[in-house]
Amino acid sequence: MSASAEIGHQRALAAAAPRAFFPSLLILLGLAMAVVPYWSDDVQLREGFLLAAVYITLASNLNVMIGYAGYINFGNIVFFGLGGYVCVDLVTRLHWPLIAAALAGGLAVSLLALVFGFGILRLRGAFFALATIGVNEAVRQFVANFEPWGGATGIYLTFDAYDPLGGPMAALWLVYFLVVAVMVLSLLLSYAIKRSKFGLGLLAIGQNEDAAAVLGVRTPRLKALAYSVSAFLPAVAGGLFFFKSGIIEPNGAFDLTLSIEAIVMIMLGGSGTVAGPLIGAFLYEELRGLLLTSPTISQLQLVIAGLVLLVMVLFAPGGLVGFVNQHWPRMRKFLQ
Amino acid sequence: MNTNRLFLVATAALLVAAPALAEDTITIGFTVSQTGPLNNDSVSQMRGFELWRDEVNAAGGIKAGGKQYKINFASYDDESQNVRVQQLYTRLIVNDKAQFLFSPYSSGLVATAAIISEQYGKVMLTTGGAEEKTYQLGNKNLFQVYSPAGQYLAGALDALKEKNPKAQVAFVYKDDPFSKAVAQVTRDLAKRQGVNVVLDESYSPSTTDFGPIINKVISAKADALLGGGHYPDGSTLARQLYDQKAGLKWVTLLVAPDTPKFAELGDAAMGISVPSQWAPQVTFKPDFGPNAQELDKRFTEKYKIGAGYHAAGGYTAGLLLQHAIEQSGSIDQAKVSAALNKIDVTTLFGRTKFSNDPKEHGLQIAHAMVVGQWQKKGGQLVKEVIWPSAARTADIIY
Amino acid sequence: MIGVLASVIDGVLVGSVYGLAAMGLTLIWGVMRVINLTHGAMIVLGMFIIYFLAKATGLSPYASMPIVVVVAFGVGVATYWIAVDRVIGRPILMSLLATFACNMILIGVGTALWTTSPYNVPVSLPGISWQGYTFTGTHMMAAACAGLIAGLLYLFLNHVRYGKAIRAVASNREAAELSGIPTRQVLAVTFGIGVALACAAGALIATLFPFTVLSGSSYQLKSFVVTVLGGLGNPAGALLGGIALGLIEGLATPFMPVSWTPIIEFALFVVVLLAFPRGIFALSRA
Repeated sequence: MSASAEIGHQRALAAAAPRAFFPSLLILLGLAMAVVPYWSDDVQLREGFLLAAVYITLASNLNVMIGYAGYINFGNIVFFGLGGYVCVDLVTRLHWPLIAAALAGGLAVSLLALVFGFGILRLRGAFFALATIGVNEAVRQFVANFEPWGGATGIYLTFDAYDPLGGPMAALWLVYFLVVAVMVLSLLLSYAIKRSKFGLGLLAIGQNEDAAAVLGVRTPRLKALAYSVSAFLPAVAGGLFFFKSGIIEPNGAFDLTLSIEAIVMIMLGGSGTVAGPLIGAFLYEELRGLLLTSPTISQLQLVIAGLVLLVMVLFAPGGLVGFVNQHWPRMRKFLQ
Repeated sequence: MNTNRLFLVATAALLVAAPALAEDTITIGFTVSQTGPLNNDSVSQMRGFELWRDEVNAAGGIKAGGKQYKINFASYDDESQNVRVQQLYTRLIVNDKAQFLFSPYSSGLVATAAIISEQYGKVMLTTGGAEEKTYQLGNKNLFQVYSPAGQYLAGALDALKEKNPKAQVAFVYKDDPFSKAVAQVTRDLAKRQGVNVVLDESYSPSTTDFGPIINKVISAKADALLGGGHYPDGSTLARQLYDQKAGLKWVTLLVAPDTPKFAELGDAAMGISVPSQWAPQVTFKPDFGPNAQELDKRFTEKYKIGAGYHAAGGYTAGLLLQHAIEQSGSIDQAKVSAALNKIDVTTLFGRTKFSNDPKEHGLQIAHAMVVGQWQKKGGQLVKEVIWPSAARTADIIY
Repeated sequence: MIGVLASVIDGVLVGSVYGLAAMGLTLIWGVMRVINLTHGAMIVLGMFIIYFLAKATGLSPYASMPIVVVVAFGVGVATYWIAVDRVIGRPILMSLLATFACNMILIGVGTALWTTSPYNVPVSLPGISWQGYTFTGTHMMAAACAGLIAGLLYLFLNHVRYGKAIRAVASNREAAELSGIPTRQVLAVTFGIGVALACAAGALIATLFPFTVLSGSSYQLKSFVVTVLGGLGNPAGALLGGIALGLIEGLATPFMPVSWTPIIEFALFVVVLLAFPRGIFALSRA
């Protein structure tokens, strides 16, 4: 069953469940993620969850382009990096408070994406995918030469940037809660889009763009809007993440590998679903974390990730969610 | 006494003695660039750390507050990447419970590690991190062993002026925190001194094709080139300058020419000079620890290769930490930090004193640099010290 | 002025090697509509093969090129059967991800075996000096090899029976199948040739600059730019595109900081994709 047809089938079955059920599950998950490390004061767990939350944010927003509209945004990390730069710049240069700066980053990048989107979304399929890589690389090289943003060395946060938030320890926890909130928002947004008319239009584009256009779907507008919307939360997450890291530089901010790993996470979990990116990103991050610290296997991290991706693509293109939903239809209520 | 009673007495004796036999340890955490472009220099630095640790432990450990502490290292491979440094230093502090930290190698990674060490309030001795900016961000527990970046090329510039005050100088340097800081400070210094600067260009860290830049150097009719970065790009630049016959009479590159491996370039290495934090030939009289030649000898015995300044820096970081712990009589962070703040000593590395000014806490304010140059001695390529004249072991080749 | 000319000539020399790399990418796309994301890893593979051959046998790298090509061809065919065959005809995302997964696996294995430290193939050839500028022998030799291999490919595709079969499959697979051409085999062979071209280019690049396991990605990006310039699916265009890119870089570097050139490259890339989807050199062919 193709990804889009799967989605249609799922929508029908999911519609049978009470409307608030799935969103409440998501919110509950977010609360659990926020509270467990805090109560046990487990910093290592928090760090792990933070990365997972970032990945989930990236993956589920990317899914709007890939899973719904069928446009593969290989360079999606450019939103994350640019959002990070705008936020860190506002905090260090103009001393803005963190939340305002992160939101400003999100808005700025979203707007830019909207404008850009109209241009590059005229390309289809592989051309679009390549163009997004080109955009990411162009932005990276540009930022690396842009002196006001530190050029190739990037921006460093002074150690007192954490003081308005109550010092470094408190700031780290606060940022963590904010990132988890952004993650939950991403998942809810993904769900809301899927249930809306906007989402229906995107899915139509994903199935057959020309047919959709002929039937009256305003494809250029919808695509650009999707591109823009899928940029907002990753940009905010970028601002928060790089604030916490204390440093942002071009190679780390526009890391093409992470960009493509986001795609792997979507495929692993199941594209076109809300739970797919969540599960895929979480599993992938756990796997990575495990491999990172084991001295022998850390070298093979990339190999294992590649093998996982290859197996999924060749044999289970619907991802884990697709697999589970096929064999245990009653899970569809939980895995939308 | 029958055997039962003997046994009981022996066990009792052991139980009493046991606590005295139990080992106290200090865990020091750091990352090494085992892989990635910084591998060459970072591993040298690590060997300096390890030589120090092995000697201290063989002598029974560090003595403080009536106890003897053995040194235990916790370290990981940071793959020369900022992101890894972040993750791993957090792990070192939180999981491995490191009490003190050494920095990774290279200013960029040191800056990243500093963020983590400051977030958790741990003392960190930085080696391999010369960029000043890191110490100007309001830190409390960083201590820089190396001379700051600004001093790197000043000596080389003076040596060049001694030979040819009218030289046309090209600045070609890697676009990373360290090289950029050094080059730009030196360029401004050169301009103030009336030196003719004909080219000022940075190159991206991943550059392997220096052809376009070298063509520009030739077009600008430069006599001298100052700059470079770290080992991979520095050695490649040196080789390509030679291949393209750039016709320079004076080339000073950062870091790369300082490792013994640079000699592999053969003729391309001839005449290339390098600012050095240390050379095995220096004659400082240390207040404690071995002198320079001793260290070089012990290092060569253990690792079959001469000690460069990265290794010496690593060894010295250990020495300084040991001295501070012994002076303060404890392993408490605040006490050791205070002891480090008060230090003004001379070791094999030279004189060491850390700035206490909160605006640049930890900056190294006493150490001086030397300039080395690769010359042919008896048919072999050998690195001689050419600056300052007080420490000179050979004449400058221009 | 002379400086600019020297820069341009040097750019063209190196650009022809980039063009060679791009030819592999574009051939695969043209014949089976797959964007080969293992391209970068294959370039690196070529670099390492030549490194180990040079080290083990002491032969000149140029003499070992045929071995590189043969080994690479084998690797390419194997990759086709393992990863690509199943995704032909499926949505584009599948083939992109399948080849990308292979890329990750190859780079991962390479990193485990050889780490990310830099390697060098020491080659010294006398160069030509002119007005103070030197064109190194290695640059000229690399350009010559690239031209030679490109010429051989041209002859193969246009005057050898099997080559014409490849062009037939590119043109219309069903028709080719109907006329008795074993299309699946042809696809495998084409993939092998495409990979061989990438490896050959990698081997040549190794004689010019130092490399690491991770160098592939930047050359892969360059290949994308060149492919787009020359028109996806057009091998002759790819070579010309490579030379054009070298020309542009050569013209630009004397006048601006060298670190600005990648921006120009990528801006060009996006603009050409938008404005000339069939490439600037879209020679009118069927």
